[in-house]
This record gives sequence, C-alpha cells and structure tokens, in this order.
Amino acid sequence: MVTPEDIKGWIEQGIENCQVEIEGDGQHFYATIVSPAFSGKNRVQQHQLVYKVLGDRMKEQIHALSMQTMSPEEHATKAN
Amino acid sequence: MDAQNKIKAQVEGNDVMLYMKGNATFPQCGFSGRAVEILKACGAEFETVDVLSNPDIREGIKQYSNWPTIPQLYIKGEFIGGSDIMLELYQNGELQDKINNLKAG
Repeated sequence: MVTPEDIKGWIEQGIENCQVEIEGDGQHFYATIVSPAFSGKNRVQQHQLVYKVLGDRMKEQIHALSMQTMSPEEHATKAN
Repeated sequence: MDAQNKIKAQVEGNDVMLYMKGNATFPQCGFSGRAVEILKACGAEFETVDVLSNPDIREGIKQYSNWPTIPQLYIKGEFIGGSDIMLELYQNGELQDKINNLKAG
C-alpha cells in the first residue's frame, strides 16, 4: 500500500526545493506543496507539474490525491 | 467521431461542462460530488458526462487536457481544473464571477 511518505518522496525527487506536507490513509491523500518551480505558473500548470512527476502512479497506485500547490510568494501572501 | 472530437464538441457546445463519475444526482466519487455541490452553490446551469459509462471519454479526457484525474470542469471550452482548483476558485469568488459573466453575456 502507498503511504503518505512514499508520495512525499516521489514529489520531492521530481520538483526542485519543494516542501511537501501530506497526510492520508492509503486511499485518499491530501498534500500541500510549496516550490519555486511553481512561480509564474497558474494553478492548472502547477497541478500538471505534480501529476507529471507522479506519472503512471496516478493511474495505478494512487487512488485519490487532493492537493494545494503554491509558489513561495503565494505561500507568503497566504500566511499573512 | 473519435473521443477527442467528441470532447471538443461537448466542451464547445456547453457553457459549463463537468466530466465526472456518476451524475449530478448520484455522484460515484467524493471529488465528483464536491464538484457538483460547488457548481450548484454558484447557481450554475451545467451539463455532465459520466465517464464511468463512457470509457472512451474517460481515457480521452485525460489526454485532452493533460490532466489524469476526474472530475474536470470546462467553461466556454476552457479547462478550469479539477475539484481542488474548483474549491479554491469558489472560495475566492472567481468561479462565481465566471458563472455570472456567462449569464450576463
């Protein structure tokens, strides 16, 4: 079974300098991902980047992944 | 008609088009159910396609937008996002604006 740590590791390997917070029960996962790789991209493009990194795992191993993606700038704005 | 052309005709022929699992009355997946609730909360009139009963669309829609998950929302032919993005756009009011603009136009 896929663990949240597995998904965190896959995302961290594929996206530069990213911070990933993730929880889940093996079926449904909820991730918050912050990376400079997201800067200048709209939300659709940001999610597409994560999906690309996860590749076929989205079809086979990961049943459901809910995510919030942010550039560091967006994260700073949100925190304030 | 192949799946890509079918999808193109659907998203261009309907202002608000939701690809989902199940239908608006009986969603077959939590994310699809959430997408329906969000559209209803926006007061949107929308069409749905059940990908579970249309296997060619289920595969085709993933290629159409380079997006591997269902649900997927399209407004005026433009891909808006999946249920996470829909929720975010709803919470910041952008989705309501898009829907209201359709009614005004």
